[in-house]
Amino acid sequence: MSWIISAEHIRQADGPRVGGKGLALALLARGGFAVPKTLCVTSETYQEYVSRTGLRERIMLELNRKAFKDMRWEEIWDCATRIRNMFLRKPIPEEISSQLKEAIHTAFKGKVVVVRSSAPEEDDAASSFAGLHESYVNIQGTDAILEHIAKVWASLWSDAALLYRQEIGLDVKKSAMAVVIQEIVVGDKSGVAFSKSPNDTSQGVIESVYGLNQGLVDGTVEPDRWILDRRKKTIISHTPAERKHWMIAAESGVQLVALPEKMTHLPPLNTNEACHVFELALEAEKYFNSPQDLEWTYRKRDLVVLQSRPITTLSPQKNGDKRSWYLSLHRSFENLKLLRQKIEHELIPAMITAADELACQELTELSDQELAGEINRRWKINQKWTNIYWEEFIPYAHGVRLFGQIYNDAVHPEDPYEFIDLLTRTEMASLERNQMLADLASEVRNHPALAKALSAGQTEGLDPQFLEAVDRFVEKFGDLTCAVTGGTQCEQAPGSLYKILLEMAAHTPSETGRQTSKNKDALQEKFLSVFEGEKKKTAVELLDLARSSYQLRDDDNIYLGRIESQLLAAVREARQRIDAYHHRKSNKKIAAELIQVVENLDHRPQFQPPHKQTPDDGFVIQARQLIGQPAGPGLAKGPARVIQHTADLADFKYGEILICDAVDPNMTFVVPLAAGVVERRGGMLIHGAIIAREYGLPCVTGIPDATTLIRNGDEVTVDGYLGIVTIGSSEL
Amino acid sequence: METSVEIQNRLRNLFESQKLAVVATQTGGQPYASLVAFVTTDDLRHIFFVTARTTRKFSNLISDSRVAILVNSSVNLESDFHEAVCITITGIADEIMDPERQDILKLYLAKHPYLEEFAKSPSCAVIRVAARSYYLVQNFQNVMELHIDR
Repeated sequence: MSWIISAEHIRQADGPRVGGKGLALALLARGGFAVPKTLCVTSETYQEYVSRTGLRERIMLELNRKAFKDMRWEEIWDCATRIRNMFLRKPIPEEISSQLKEAIHTAFKGKVVVVRSSAPEEDDAASSFAGLHESYVNIQGTDAILEHIAKVWASLWSDAALLYRQEIGLDVKKSAMAVVIQEIVVGDKSGVAFSKSPNDTSQGVIESVYGLNQGLVDGTVEPDRWILDRRKKTIISHTPAERKHWMIAAESGVQLVALPEKMTHLPPLNTNEACHVFELALEAEKYFNSPQDLEWTYRKRDLVVLQSRPITTLSPQKNGDKRSWYLSLHRSFENLKLLRQKIEHELIPAMITAADELACQELTELSDQELAGEINRRWKINQKWTNIYWEEFIPYAHGVRLFGQIYNDAVHPEDPYEFIDLLTRTEMASLERNQMLADLASEVRNHPALAKALSAGQTEGLDPQFLEAVDRFVEKFGDLTCAVTGGTQCEQAPGSLYKILLEMAAHTPSETGRQTSKNKDALQEKFLSVFEGEKKKTAVELLDLARSSYQLRDDDNIYLGRIESQLLAAVREARQRIDAYHHRKSNKKIAAELIQVVENLDHRPQFQPPHKQTPDDGFVIQARQLIGQPAGPGLAKGPARVIQHTADLADFKYGEILICDAVDPNMTFVVPLAAGVVERRGGMLIHGAIIAREYGLPCVTGIPDATTLIRNGDEVTVDGYLGIVTIGSSEL
Repeated sequence: METSVEIQNRLRNLFESQKLAVVATQTGGQPYASLVAFVTTDDLRHIFFVTARTTRKFSNLISDSRVAILVNSSVNLESDFHEAVCITITGIADEIMDPERQDILKLYLAKHPYLEEFAKSPSCAVIRVAARSYYLVQNFQNVMELHIDR
C-alpha cells in the first residue's frame, strides 16, 4: 500500500483518495498551470492510522456520549479538543511513518512546506468545507511535517467541521481526510479570485493582500477588492482596503506585522496584474468546466496557483448556511489582542460607569411617568450590554480555547484540560465575594452567642460590627438568593444569608485551589520551555491573554449583573408603587402605565419543572447512570440538592451535591459547601466548571435533564474523571 | 430524555432482534452464567427460556429462583462500544406446566423453530421469569432503569 503519492501520479479516479484539493492541484499541474510541488497523503493513510491506533472507536465513543443535537457549541468544542489531543498523543505507526518520511524527504529535502487538509467530502459541488479544516503554513523538517499531518487529520473533528457536517447531514462515520503537502511559495502579494461573482454572474471578484494570504483567509487582514467584467475582462471597480498589516513567514509558522509605510498607499495589484489574475481564474474555470474559487500568489513576476475549487454556492448563505458564524467563533491571536484592548480599556470601564450612573439616580424622586420612562431606559441599557456581552465578551472567551490548543500542541498532556490549571486562581470577582463570605462565617464560628442568635432568628442586638460587615457584603454583592437570572422574585430579608453563614460556620472551611502555586509554576515552565526566542515572547503574551480571557469569563457576568440589578431596582420601585396605588385606589392611569412597563419585562427564563412520571402504565422510570462531560476531576458522594429556584440555595447543606441548570456566577457562594457539582449546561469552560476546579471539587457538566431526573435527597455519586453521575445506591 | 413508553419500545425492539440471552443463576454464593434462547411477552412482564432439567442452571434455579438476564445487540465489532444497546433484567424464575406450557411453547417456537425437538422434549423445562426491573445501557455508559410496579 502506498500511503503517499506525488501529484504527477494522481489520476482523476484518485479523487476519493486524495480529496478535492489534492486532485485539483494534480489536474492543474497536468494542464500546464504553475503550481507548487505537491505530495498527497491519501485518505487510506488516515483510515489505517485511526484503525491501528484504536482512535476510530475512541472518536465515536466521544461523539456518542450524548445526542449531538443536545450538545451546546461549547460541549462540541470540548469534544473536539479531546479528539485533537488523541491525535497529538498517538504516534503514526512506524510502518506508515517511515514511508511518509522517506517520500517527504525525497520530494522536499528540508525545504519549507504548507500542510493542507484535503478531505474527500471537501469542495465537492454539494458541500464546501472551505476554511473548516486546518492548513499549516511554513513547516520545516520531516518530524514537524508529520506532526502537522496529524493536526490536519484532527481538524476533521474540529467543532466547526462537526457542526457543519451535522448541518448538511454528512455521516461522521464516513469522514476521512487526505493531506496535501506543498512546497511553500513565499509571495509578495497574494489573494483569492472568484471567476464568477456569487452576487452577479456577469462579474468576477478578486481580493488581494500583501504577503501571504493566510491573513486574508482568516479575516485578519482586510483585502483590496476588484470587481471585473467577465465578458470584457476589464475592471469595473476597485475598493481599496485600509492597509495596515501583512502576514509574513516567521521562524516557523506565520506572523502578522505592520505594513511598511510606503506600501500602505499602494494597492497590492496594479491593473495589469489584477487582469492577469482574473484571466488565470477564467482559464481554470474553462479547464475544470465550472466557476472556480482560486487561491494564488505573486512571487516576483510569477503568478502561482495555490489551490482551486469549484464555487459551491453562487447565492451565498443559502439554506441557512451558518458556516461563517461557526468560523467566527474562532478568533486569531491578533484578533483577540485587539478585542482585549477594546474590552479592558473601553467596554469594562464603560460598563462600570453605566452601572454607577444608574446607581446614583434617586428612583423615589421620579414621578410615575418618569419612572416608567426610566425603566424603559434601563431596559435598553441592559439590553445594549447584554448584546455587547454576546458580541464581544463571548468571542473573547475564545482566548482560553486558543491557549488550550497551543498548550496541547506544545506539551501533548495526558489531560487535555491541564492548561486550565495555569489560568486558575486569578483574581475573580466571585472568589473575592466567597472570601468575604468565608470571613463572615468564621465570625459566626468563633462566636457561639452570635450563632445561637442567628439560629433563633434574633437579629436584634447583634454585634454592630458584624451587622456592618453583612451590610457591606450585601451592598457589594447584593442579596445572595437574588441571583441575576431569577432576580425579579428575590427575597429582601437577610435570612437566607444567615442560613448559609450558619451552615458554613458549622463546618471546616474549604480551601480554594487544589494545587500549590509550585505546581502552577512547574506547568508554566513546562509550557514556556517548548518555545525559544520570538516564539517564547508570543507564548508569554498568549498566556497573559488567556488569563485575562479566563478572568473575564467570570467577571463579565458580575458586571452585567450590576447593570441588571439597577434595572431590577427600578422595577421593584414600580412594584411598590403599584401595590400602594392598589391600596389607595387612586391615580389608576399612571399606575396602568407602570404596570404595562413592568409586565413587558417579564422575559426571564423559567426553571424546568421536576420530571413527571408518565401516566400509570405499571412501569416506573428512573435514571441510574447519566453521562455528561468530565469537568473537574475527583469522586464524590452525597445527597442531591436540586436547585429549581434561586431561593432553594438558602437550604444548601454542607456535603451536598449541587445539582443545577447552570451555575450562575452569582450563586457560586454555596460551592464551598458542596461535595460535588452537576450541571445541565455542558462545557469545560463554563462558570460552574471553573469554580468547581477552583475549589477542587468533582464536577460533571452537560447532563441533560439533571434537574428533573435527580430529586432532592437522592444519593448521588459524581465521577469527575469519567463525567458520570450515578443516582441511588448499589442495591437492586 | 426518553419517556417510559419510548424505553419500553426500545426493549421490545431489542428482544425481537436478539435470539440469545445470558442467564445468571447462583448456588452457594457462586454465580453461574449460561447462554439461552429466549422469548418475551409484549407486555414486557415475562421472559421465557427452555432448559434441560439436567443442567446446572436448572438446578441452581430450584435452589434460588432469583435471576439476572442480559440481552445485548453487540456484533463483535469495535463499533459495539458506541452502538450496542444492552439490557439487564432482574426477576424471579419458575417452571411452568401444562396447559400454559403449551401456549408458551407456541410463542417460543415461533421465534426459534429450529429448537422444536429440544423444546418439546420431556426432559426440558419451560422457565418463566417474572421481570422486576430492566436496566438499559446505551452510549457505552448511560443507564436508565425501568421498574415494574407489581
